[in-house]
Amino acid sequence: MASELIDAAEPQTESIATRQAYGDALVALGESYPEVVALDADLAVSTQSMKFGKQFPERFFNIGAAEANMMSISCGLAATGKVPYASTFAIFASSRSYDQVRLGIAHNGLKVRIGASHGGVSLGEDGASHQMIEDIALMRAMPKMQVIVPADYNQAYTAVIESYERFDGPMYMRFGRPKTPAVYDEIPETLGTGVDVLREGKDISIFTCGHMVWRGLEAAETLEREDGVEAEVVNVSVIKPIDSQSVLSSLAKTGVAVTAEEHRVVGGLGDAIRQVAAEQHPVPVFALGMQDEFGVSGTAEACMEHFGLTASGIADLAREALLKKPIVQHPPIHGGPWT
Amino acid sequence: MAHLKPVPDPTPEPPSKAGGKPSIAELERYATVLRIHCVRMVAVAKAGHLDSSLSAADIVAALYYRVLRHDPPKPRWPERDRFVLSKGHGAPIQYAALAEHGYFPADDLMGLRQIGSHLQGHPDMTRTPGIEVSTGSLGQGLSMSVGICLALRLDGLDETAQVFTLMSDGDCQEGQSWEGAMSAAHFDLPNLTAIVDYNHLQTDGTTEEVMDTGDVRAKFESFGWDAVEIDGHDMGAIVESLERSRTLGRPAAIICQTKKGRGVSFMEDRFGFHGKPPSQEQAEQALEELEATYEQQTKALGGGS
Repeated sequence: MASELIDAAEPQTESIATRQAYGDALVALGESYPEVVALDADLAVSTQSMKFGKQFPERFFNIGAAEANMMSISCGLAATGKVPYASTFAIFASSRSYDQVRLGIAHNGLKVRIGASHGGVSLGEDGASHQMIEDIALMRAMPKMQVIVPADYNQAYTAVIESYERFDGPMYMRFGRPKTPAVYDEIPETLGTGVDVLREGKDISIFTCGHMVWRGLEAAETLEREDGVEAEVVNVSVIKPIDSQSVLSSLAKTGVAVTAEEHRVVGGLGDAIRQVAAEQHPVPVFALGMQDEFGVSGTAEACMEHFGLTASGIADLAREALLKKPIVQHPPIHGGPWT
Repeated sequence: MAHLKPVPDPTPEPPSKAGGKPSIAELERYATVLRIHCVRMVAVAKAGHLDSSLSAADIVAALYYRVLRHDPPKPRWPERDRFVLSKGHGAPIQYAALAEHGYFPADDLMGLRQIGSHLQGHPDMTRTPGIEVSTGSLGQGLSMSVGICLALRLDGLDETAQVFTLMSDGDCQEGQSWEGAMSAAHFDLPNLTAIVDYNHLQTDGTTEEVMDTGDVRAKFESFGWDAVEIDGHDMGAIVESLERSRTLGRPAAIICQTKKGRGVSFMEDRFGFHGKPPSQEQAEQALEELEATYEQQTKALGGGS
């Protein structure tokens, strides 16, 4: 059944940050569900949770610059029947308060939503101390934690609504700071399984998430135009638990893949895909992302370019991958369609 | 359990006067009962923090037998008072109190820390009835309690249900505890009581040697709390200060000066037992001493149990 809140939402066609969707959808949830509460750690204007705070001051708690406290308070709220949305920058939501999220929220399987904004190097000018590039790895490793990285405003809106209406258990949602182009024309009815083929192709799979999705689509166009390559672009918004069947379908079709994420190449989307491939359909999977390095200061776009997190970066890696694509294709090891 | 000398069933009769509250002397005897359980549990498990459980026995007995408004058949009763064991390593003492109140069968106690038992090394809300939140990583319990208080406020229950959090010296060394203290005062919580089981001993030595927490009472006061300091083995003072904390309308801290291993002569106030289970010999001696205390308390109460 489609969500009334999703049906009622206004899609955005201009470039707009995913964190804006967090704020907007949170207000919509607040209007419909009295048990929804929001917390922030002195970044409510940046994370957009202030929209909820203005509308529902009695259900909004600004904890100040004390993220660990915020996560444990969220545990207490959830254990007493509320559904807390706790937001701060990704860096503080993951590494700074990992133990509090782990014991208080994940271990207990509580329905707490961590709204982690400003993920990745596109946070920009604040630099390495604020650019979180290993949160997906940390949160994937945490038992019971679900990890969601929406691609644009419209999908982010759906993710927030479904985080209440459809998903149970603990969840980490990553949003971004800069404006990002629309990938979806409408507010999608659902995240579905979280693996969404945006463009079909037979030569190579490009698995992407978050801010890299529109870049992946651009890379696919370049590859078609310049190389005659038909690349399949897959948006993975639910990184954990990953829909391995859908990943496998694409791998089985193309036989080679690149992944692209605004994150370390360790433990994130790249490794999630490699895990599926290694166990069930061993084909080459090349990861684009941050190497063994920290971020730097610069504008969002300059930072992305500095680390090669661009459409041309994806296209180049895809060309390299195609050279290593096995000539003979084997069927998947376990299940999965063989096309 | 075969290696342990059998002990008489320590369960005394329920509070003597029907509907009445147990007296101070009765509470003292209940504390002995809980201590006996702890020795047996930790000895059988061959793991666990016995001395940390014993230092808190009087506080926990006062809470469960007299102060807490709770209904064991309905552990999720919305209006109940909450008890959060921030010093999660003291789990045996809470398990003993929960079992004595029928949250689960007393036989379960002997499964402490063993595969297949719901009694984990540290309290686990997903497994054990009567546990409000999982704890065990020091410093988090006070913050969790703040969250519970905020939820109770939204439910209009903040003048009904009191939240009691039992902390340790180690908890006071964790910076997060002071984040919790700060936020409790900021949110003007009328129903939060922090109890510090200040037993002055931790894993590596005395609290003063390892990391002196300074004047804990003054610290709570400076954050805007009401704070008192009492003898944490003086049952009258414990009950009085717990009951008083309900009436203040603001966060209340009770710093309890306690002795680790209280009730067992060779453990009391002695370094070296933290997280170390007693040997069979030690357990038997401890049980002998506690049984003697129990008999004595029973006699003083004027009759058999």
